[in-house]
Amino acid sequence: MTEWLERHVPKMVLAPSFVAVLIFVYGFIIWTAWVSLTRSRLLPKYEIEGFIQYERLFASPRWDTAMSNLVVFGVLFIVIAMVLGLLLAILLDQNIRTEGALRTIYLYPMALSMIVTGTAWKWIMNPGLGIENMVRGWGFENFSFDWIIDPDMAIYAVVIAGIWQSSGFVMALFLAGLRSVDGEIIKAAQVDGIPTWRIYSAIIIPSMAPIFLSAFIVLAHLAIKSFDLVIALTGGGPGYATDLPATYMYAMAFSRGDIGQAASSAMVMMAVVFAIVVPYLYSELRAKRD
Amino acid sequence: MTDLALSPPLSRPWGRLALRWLLFTLLGVFALFYLMPLFVMVTTSLKSLEEIRTGSLIAFPREVTFEAWKTAWSGACTGIQCEGLRPYFWNSVVLAIPAVLISTFVGAMNGYVIAQWRFRGANLIFSLLLFGCFIPFQVVLLPMARMLGILGLAGSIPGLIFVHVIYGIGFTTLFFRNYYVTIPSELVKAAKVDGAGFFRIFWSIFLPLSLPIVVVTVIWQFTQIWNDFLFGVSFSQAGTQPVTVALNNIVNSTTGVKEYNVDMAAAIIAALPTLIVYVVAGKYFIRGLTAGSVKG
Amino acid sequence: MSPILDISNLYKNYGSTEILKDINVSIEPGDFLVLVGPSGCGKSTLLNCIAGLEPITSGRIEIGGRDMTHVSPKDRDIAMVFQSYALYPTMSVAKNITFGMKVRGVDAATQEAKLNEVARQLQIEPLLNRRPGQLSGGQRQRVAMGRALVRDPKLFLFDEPLSNLDAKLRVEMRMEIKKLHHNLGATMVYVTHDQIEAMTLATKIVVMKGGVVQQIGSPSEIYNTPANLFVADFMGSPAMNLIPARARSNGNGTEIEIARDNDAPIVLRDVHARNLPEDVILGLRPEDIAQAGFRAGEDVQQAACMIDMVEPAGADTYVVSNLGGKQVTARLHAETAARPGEMLDLAFDLGKVSYFAPDSGERLN
Repeated sequence: MTEWLERHVPKMVLAPSFVAVLIFVYGFIIWTAWVSLTRSRLLPKYEIEGFIQYERLFASPRWDTAMSNLVVFGVLFIVIAMVLGLLLAILLDQNIRTEGALRTIYLYPMALSMIVTGTAWKWIMNPGLGIENMVRGWGFENFSFDWIIDPDMAIYAVVIAGIWQSSGFVMALFLAGLRSVDGEIIKAAQVDGIPTWRIYSAIIIPSMAPIFLSAFIVLAHLAIKSFDLVIALTGGGPGYATDLPATYMYAMAFSRGDIGQAASSAMVMMAVVFAIVVPYLYSELRAKRD
Repeated sequence: MTDLALSPPLSRPWGRLALRWLLFTLLGVFALFYLMPLFVMVTTSLKSLEEIRTGSLIAFPREVTFEAWKTAWSGACTGIQCEGLRPYFWNSVVLAIPAVLISTFVGAMNGYVIAQWRFRGANLIFSLLLFGCFIPFQVVLLPMARMLGILGLAGSIPGLIFVHVIYGIGFTTLFFRNYYVTIPSELVKAAKVDGAGFFRIFWSIFLPLSLPIVVVTVIWQFTQIWNDFLFGVSFSQAGTQPVTVALNNIVNSTTGVKEYNVDMAAAIIAALPTLIVYVVAGKYFIRGLTAGSVKG
Repeated sequence: MSPILDISNLYKNYGSTEILKDINVSIEPGDFLVLVGPSGCGKSTLLNCIAGLEPITSGRIEIGGRDMTHVSPKDRDIAMVFQSYALYPTMSVAKNITFGMKVRGVDAATQEAKLNEVARQLQIEPLLNRRPGQLSGGQRQRVAMGRALVRDPKLFLFDEPLSNLDAKLRVEMRMEIKKLHHNLGATMVYVTHDQIEAMTLATKIVVMKGGVVQQIGSPSEIYNTPANLFVADFMGSPAMNLIPARARSNGNGTEIEIARDNDAPIVLRDVHARNLPEDVILGLRPEDIAQAGFRAGEDVQQAACMIDMVEPAGADTYVVSNLGGKQVTARLHAETAARPGEMLDLAFDLGKVSYFAPDSGERLN
């Protein structure tokens, strides 16, 4: 008996987590998928009716806005955060004596809640009293910066706050990557008389391809899940102008009482995440087995 | 170090100097960009409403007042109640501490099993756990709301603790697993020959080795849970809301005059615990961030 | 005497791959058994099976006359020293050594007494309060040995314990292990890929390859009468010369003919060999080919050979000549006048010769 126990203790320790993940992740995904195929409104129904919720979803102008916002926000957020992060990492990599302090400054937003970030930027971009007022106070009477209440520009205000929050993290990733490049290769290039910018562009940056991929995955993941930032900064408004899939889903689930729509929009979000993450995880796991 | 500084030939010292100046200017401008919101938050929170309306965004307060902080802590209105952030701050504390401890402990045991006691299927379980880290939580919100109702935990702090533990296990397991795989498996073998069993080996040999990864995991989990908004807003009710939800309610409450100084003070109060952790243990914070994303 | 370790018909599979195939080994009390072979030959797996750290697929393991096949490691009355030493990093040296006793519930006074005895024996008394991280490689090695010694087991198991040490320290520690074995009269099983370690330490050697035992025997049996081409090639440095040749029986013995590229074949007469097939591989160790005039005896035969290369190695000089399409090495005395590109009379001592079948690789004589 004790022999048997000894042999099976590791499995028994892992079992609760395994069961929890089976139920609360995979079981729940199946539940949501199931409900997304029903006519559920305020309460879930379990009779499958086909893809009507998805038809409603794709016919909804609000969802349409949310998806195009996701594209705009996602592309700008990922590209700018990556470029800025890489630039900061390279600048910091130049034997700066104050590197530690600067790194701390660039990265601290990552420790903040998105709600805090949203609150701060909402105030900064306040049309009456924020940056607009400040620049007008400097004598530029016609200066205007009211993105946050402009339905066409509000999503770019979200982009600014998002980049402020996350670019320092990309910098930390890239800096770690720059430091892990084989020093001998760089010395060899310097001996060969290759200029510094060529060393970066031809040797160091290409060798960091896996880090670019990691940064991309993390940022894409953040973009798709973005919810709190929008809620705090614009509340999804003006109107639905800054709605993202995450806020759409939340509105359907908890304020509109439209569970079918909430479930189908969540499934679309998951499909988008998996389209990005699954190939990455697959290649990671396979690379490890080799 | 990359041993690589922008270093033009020494025959042009002025060129080098100009380049260094450009470098520092750029770094300084970016530092201002990142610091500006914090600066604005702090100064605004110390101003009176009158001064905010008449002064400039980035001006120092003419007259420092802590009124806004007092209101934010114990008087600001979140909807109909006007108790400030204080009760919600304590909700977050009461919620974060057990959630962090439990998820860290479970992650440590899981990581220990997966890294050192491999059995058939262990890798599959690890992959399943890992996938759980990547799902958008929207996909579990609806069933979880129902499940919490069934368990009698709806709208309660224990319910939120439960949710944070369940969805934190993936990351904590990943952290510990990646740490424990670097420890040679001969250590477990030696201890087995010495007569120690599964728990004894964990307790006497692995746990004493784990301080760095425990710190990383605790910081990571604490930051995640303290800053969480989605679970907080979905699974709490009036009275059990965490601080992020209360902050959002204060800022977006439509009753009365808009008190920007109170909003800023409240935002700083909500941010303070994670900021302090970051300042005190930034090294571990960064390690957690990069470990959570680079190593799969 | 009954064997202290008796392994019979042991098989070990990982899924469908066979790691160990039909292992049968048994040793007497006081034996020093060395498991030797190239990496991946299954020697460490076999040791882990003996320790009970890996389950076996079928077969039987007896230790001290008791069936231990399904007994957990702690109850097998063994102690083990690992390649990485596997010292517990957060415990002091003293705690490392006494951990096993503590787990088994040995009283503090006995722990203390045994610790002191072992520390004295291994001369690690000044190190007892240090952490493993503060020790040199050689010191860690001693602590690992101390942890094993304090157990006073029926069987000591060593898994390549010297492979992480530098060359000089390795020779020193080898001597110490040998001394320890002698003084304690203990029974030891020792895994190594280093055939010199095997030769110097063992009372009994098991040569393994691909999970199969190639030969079991005393060091001199293994060295002088290797059971097949693999053992002949693996044991000894420089390796045994393995020269393709043709055998022709005549009235009293066999004529061995070795082809050469630009010269007439060498013909050696072996009066002992009988019933050899036509194609053989002739095995002669470098020290059994000497300069003519330095080796005498009825089985010594001479032939003039073209010297291709001369390698002075201090105590000896090795010369290389191309015979039968192989680089054949002979071990000459240091003052030899051999020059590359010149002919030299070499003496082949056929009293030490081995013959192998070219296809199966098995020994013929």
